[in-house]
Amino acid sequence: MANYIEVHHATKSFTMQYHRSLKQIALARLRGQKTHDTFNAVDDVSFTVEEGESIGLMGLNGSGKSTLLKMISGVMRPDAGTVLTRGRIAGLIATGAGFDMQLTGRENLLLNAAILGMSRAETARKFDEIVEFAELGDFLDTAVAYYSSGMKARLGFAVAIHVDSDIFIADEALAVGDRPFKRKCKTKMDEIRQAGTTIFYVSHAPGSVRKLCSRVLVLEKGRLTFDGDVDEGIKFLHYDDDEDGDGKGDDDGLGADI
Amino acid sequence: MTASPSRSERPDLPPLAPPAAGSGLLEVFRQRYLLGMLVRNTIQSRYQGTVLGWAWSYLQPLVRFLMFYFVFQVMIGRGSGMENFAIHLFAGMVLVHFFTETFAGGTQSLVSNRSLITKLAMPKELFPVARMLVSLWHTGPMLLILVIACFLTGWRPDLLGLAAGLLGFTLILLLGLALALFFSVSNVFFRDFGKVVQTLSQFVTFSVPMLYPFTLVQDRFGETGAKIYLYNPVAEAVLLIQRCFWVGTTDDPTATAALHMPDHLWTRGIVMVMVSVVLLALAQRWFTKFEKRVPERL
Repeated sequence: MANYIEVHHATKSFTMQYHRSLKQIALARLRGQKTHDTFNAVDDVSFTVEEGESIGLMGLNGSGKSTLLKMISGVMRPDAGTVLTRGRIAGLIATGAGFDMQLTGRENLLLNAAILGMSRAETARKFDEIVEFAELGDFLDTAVAYYSSGMKARLGFAVAIHVDSDIFIADEALAVGDRPFKRKCKTKMDEIRQAGTTIFYVSHAPGSVRKLCSRVLVLEKGRLTFDGDVDEGIKFLHYDDDEDGDGKGDDDGLGADI
Repeated sequence: MTASPSRSERPDLPPLAPPAAGSGLLEVFRQRYLLGMLVRNTIQSRYQGTVLGWAWSYLQPLVRFLMFYFVFQVMIGRGSGMENFAIHLFAGMVLVHFFTETFAGGTQSLVSNRSLITKLAMPKELFPVARMLVSLWHTGPMLLILVIACFLTGWRPDLLGLAAGLLGFTLILLLGLALALFFSVSNVFFRDFGKVVQTLSQFVTFSVPMLYPFTLVQDRFGETGAKIYLYNPVAEAVLLIQRCFWVGTTDDPTATAALHMPDHLWTRGIVMVMVSVVLLALAQRWFTKFEKRVPERL
């Protein structure tokens, strides 16, 4: 098995600017106050992911999950260390990003597909499938401004989930849409996993992590504090306390994914 | 970087590489499909929901033209000593509009596409370039009006003039893109740059020979003044456009060109195009240097 993601001692630091204008900075300097601070959003994190693994990335708010994900998807570059990936990265990372409210669903679908890296041929091949998945019906040729929030989200999801990828990233709550749509998303995710795609899934919902993932990473204040078995990881994060166990409904885990 | 374990690499696998998207203007043109989609959708959404639709792209320049024409020709009588002042004015406006739209719009392009840039890895040069292409596309209707007006006033196009017009457009395209690249990324770190650009764009309208003839500069500020004036590449480009359209509509184009065009019009034009190419290369380096930190600063 080949490694699909290799993260070696990746660190990403951010600067917190306390003042923005020259006057404020000058005054703060005079008073001997700090004008800025740096902190490590991701701090010396290392791990590797093999082909076909599905990783659940967990952690409290502000623990650096999104920053780590952005380094893996290539939006941000690490300040120190390296992040290497193999093949095309896609997934539920920016569903609906770049939607133009003035344009129709059809136009936005084509634009969004292009933004997510699909070629003209690939879009043409999957167009019908995406339309069917989004369940927009006659609204396809209506301006997105008139869509309900659920319809907008469905369109965004439908495009994102159909992009072919070697590494599939999901950073967004699957708690979009109604129960049938959620089910459909989950089925599609299972399909992606069964096709052997490497999955990197960020979630606060232990239920969905259990169902989808084969390994859990836990971040705490930017540091990787746990890497291993799913149940142990959830226990490590004390996310198992108020869980009823495995007897829950099929998509309750996804629903709790807020 | 730690080497990956010494497994036998399967040749059918894609290589292990940093995930960041390629960048640079070349990468943008490699992603022509996406660029085309961005440009087309921006153009389409601009007049979406308006009853007049496309007519707006003709109406807006027309109204601006009428306003300038009224103030400068009818009220002040500036153009009275000039043949076809209207053509002189409109030809300049086409180019100035293209320049300010590219410059000001391009500068805002990264900030206004924040939602995409902070979430997806894509070559960020796409946005200033798309903005430039949108502006270029919008000069289409204006050029059409200009050409019709020129023919109505008895325009006799000449090959040299057309070459001058092309050179002028090339100059503005390269310069506008270079400035857009430089200022768009700077604007992410200090929004002051956006304000600077707004101020500069207002200045442009009055610093080029469109509301007044170039001869006026020589009259009022002498040879030295005219020399400094001509260091402005936009002024040079507007002169080239005047050479293309306005000169050909006058009764005696040769005399007009001799009187109203500065010496070394061509040499200056070609040198400025070359300077703009260098500026573009420098702007690209500046952009590459700072674009890495753009997602976290937006």
